[in-house]
Amino acid sequence: MFEFRGISKGFFGVPVLSDVSFSIESGSTVGLVGENGAGKSTLMNIMGGNHQPDAGTLMLDGVSFEPRGPRDAAMARIAFIHQELNLFPNLSIAENLFLTSFPRRGGMPLIDRKTMRKRAAALLAEVELDMPPDTLVEHLTAGERQLVEITKALSIEARLIILDEPTTSLTARETERLFALMARLRGRGIAIIYISHSLDDVLRICDRIVVLRDGKLVASGPREEFTKERLVTLMVGRAIQQYFPPRVTRPSADPALEAIGLSHAGVVHNVSFTLQRGEVLGLAGLMGSGRTELARILFGLDECEHGEVRVQGRSLRSHSARESIRQRVAFLTEDRRSEGLCVEASITDNLALVTLPSLARLGWLDLGKLFASTAAICMAVRLNRSARASQPAKSLSGGNQQKVVLGKWLLAEPTVFILDEPTRGIDVGAKSEIYTLINELVARGVAVLVISSEIEELIGICDRILVMSRGELRDEVDRPDFDRERILRAALNKP
Amino acid sequence: MSSAHPRLLLIALNNAPTVLFALVLAAFGLLAPQFFTGQNLTNIGVQASSTAIVAIGMTFVLLTAGIDLSVGASMFVGAAVVGKMVLAGQPLPLALAAMIGVGAMFGALNALLITRVGVMPFVVTLATLYMGRGLALWITQTRAMNLPESFLQLGSLKLAGIPLPIALFVAVLVLAHVTLTRTPFGRQVYAVGADLEAARKAGLDTRRILFGVYLICGVCAALGGIISLAQIGAVSPKFGEYREFTAIAAAVLGGTSLFGGRGHVLPGTVIGALLIQSVENGLVILNADPYLYPLVTSAIIFAAVLLDSTRNRVLARIGRRKIRIEETK
Repeated sequence: MFEFRGISKGFFGVPVLSDVSFSIESGSTVGLVGENGAGKSTLMNIMGGNHQPDAGTLMLDGVSFEPRGPRDAAMARIAFIHQELNLFPNLSIAENLFLTSFPRRGGMPLIDRKTMRKRAAALLAEVELDMPPDTLVEHLTAGERQLVEITKALSIEARLIILDEPTTSLTARETERLFALMARLRGRGIAIIYISHSLDDVLRICDRIVVLRDGKLVASGPREEFTKERLVTLMVGRAIQQYFPPRVTRPSADPALEAIGLSHAGVVHNVSFTLQRGEVLGLAGLMGSGRTELARILFGLDECEHGEVRVQGRSLRSHSARESIRQRVAFLTEDRRSEGLCVEASITDNLALVTLPSLARLGWLDLGKLFASTAAICMAVRLNRSARASQPAKSLSGGNQQKVVLGKWLLAEPTVFILDEPTRGIDVGAKSEIYTLINELVARGVAVLVISSEIEELIGICDRILVMSRGELRDEVDRPDFDRERILRAALNKP
Repeated sequence: MSSAHPRLLLIALNNAPTVLFALVLAAFGLLAPQFFTGQNLTNIGVQASSTAIVAIGMTFVLLTAGIDLSVGASMFVGAAVVGKMVLAGQPLPLALAAMIGVGAMFGALNALLITRVGVMPFVVTLATLYMGRGLALWITQTRAMNLPESFLQLGSLKLAGIPLPIALFVAVLVLAHVTLTRTPFGRQVYAVGADLEAARKAGLDTRRILFGVYLICGVCAALGGIISLAQIGAVSPKFGEYREFTAIAAAVLGGTSLFGGRGHVLPGTVIGALLIQSVENGLVILNADPYLYPLVTSAIIFAAVLLDSTRNRVLARIGRRKIRIEETK
């Protein structure tokens, strides 16, 4: 039904896509995988009419298709569901659905609200979202908003839906719900392109898989031809022997960070644990289990009614991020675009953000020192060599952006490092490099707390794992007892 | 429980304008018995009409996270043109149409500079503010013009027993309210204010929508200017001065956010305009020291902006606290 024929595209002379060809049948789900920067987004932007290909054609039902903008794609009944959802929180579900095609009353420019509500309710029933159509989107959870996006696709009677990393902000249950819905859509003959870094999901729900590497199609075929190992190999172009680099150092028995009876109504309940120097402690839990909120409390971003936080045995009296930074605690937030980076600022400026006061003398910045230390840290975090220090952070790929955030905190020489989803949305190669960095940190005696939704990741890199559910610690597992099922069970709060 | 608290606070903040209005009315009612007479309340309505109409137009612009500082200046240019035309013996309706035309032209000029040239609304409308005031001073040669008696009669005209300013105000209000809540254009204005880039990606013609709101704002400024002219009966070099700030204050006081995407003309902006006028009227009745007025006005503007930023903070906090007891089977 839809076909890419020899698509090539370059930006400023740098080829991003070269000669990519594959096709999608009605009612099939195609998984599109590849490292960040492999060309997936560019390919989708060409489909959406945001970019025009330098060579090659798009074919829709055997006819050449040349979209010039989002409206052309909508006319061709192709719907895009981006990682950052395109919903308006201040409008109702129904208004979001019909924003560009409100049903009108007669010939007047008045919205026929009755018809709008009725049609919205019918569409919502199809995705099994039990919400009044007049509900404001800002009152919905991430998973519910995703369903509204899919409803939007149904409202234009989409024949092809592109889902870009749809599960990153969903709970396990919402993810299951999404997959069940995708199966129903497939039954109705709707084609889906599913882009994800979660290879397990891709292997589970896709009929065919297409692998891109450096803008070239390196493999394409039915799901049965692939395994996770093969996909990883194809994506990076070399077999990563050890996804998780081995660690030789052991934790000391020297507490670096202690949480004592932390409680805050509706957020966390009686959380106590100790993080040792040189230890990697994992914090597992589903989305909405209170992991991030706990991290924010530990770092002093959010208030906490009861309990105390100790760093190197000293109680943090004034609870603030400034105080935490003074005690050399670092916090990498889960939302790097809006909280971790100043995306418009240069790499150097981002790196120097936390340590700026120490790089100044009598109010004047020591630029020599600034450039020397930021250049050194770029090497240390293995930032892409072609990146220039003056380049804005937004021009980097996700993995390299995350390295900049890490580098920013490393400059402050932390003794405790809290990492919230350090590898979310970044490619396999960069993930492995971040694990290596964590190993180097603990070897130097830094205590690391890692929050992650990927249990395999925690099992791969941690010395100990705490499992959180509904704001409480449910289980504590030491390395010899690591067991995926046990952790998941505790996270799901099952006995 | 902790999420219920900011939600309650938000409900309180959203209704703060109405509560504040009720308190002000009650306070003046107690202090000055003549405040609550029918005649005085009608006076407040008549005096608030001009501000309210300008503020309704301003609400459209603020909803898109924009701002229009040029409304006072465009009123002055329009008034100068009206003055010249009427004194030259042109018919009154033609002069009024010209004034509305001037307002529309200002709106269109602002919109073109913002959408086509891509300059920030604040800077564009600051420029057109100075341009407008200069132009009008040149047209009037900085001399005051007294308008003929026919113009003042316009101000005291009644339609079915309702003073013309109030009738015009109510008509604009109803039209604006229906436009914002019941038309595709109105709902798209809210979408543009929430996220301009997302609105563009969703396939909305954002230029057309922005053009629409600045045009509406310009026309509303002209209508408000006509009422002011009819009430004052003269075009002075200070005509329309600081009107942009009263309009913004009324809209923001009524709960319209300077950050875009949030606000209503009814009750919002209307309450804001009536509140400002009631305070002024009450101070006059109480025989307050005239030097006190600017202080009270500044306190009102401060309260309005404080309200807006507090609400934004609470909204951010609600957005952040996403902890919900879920996955409980």
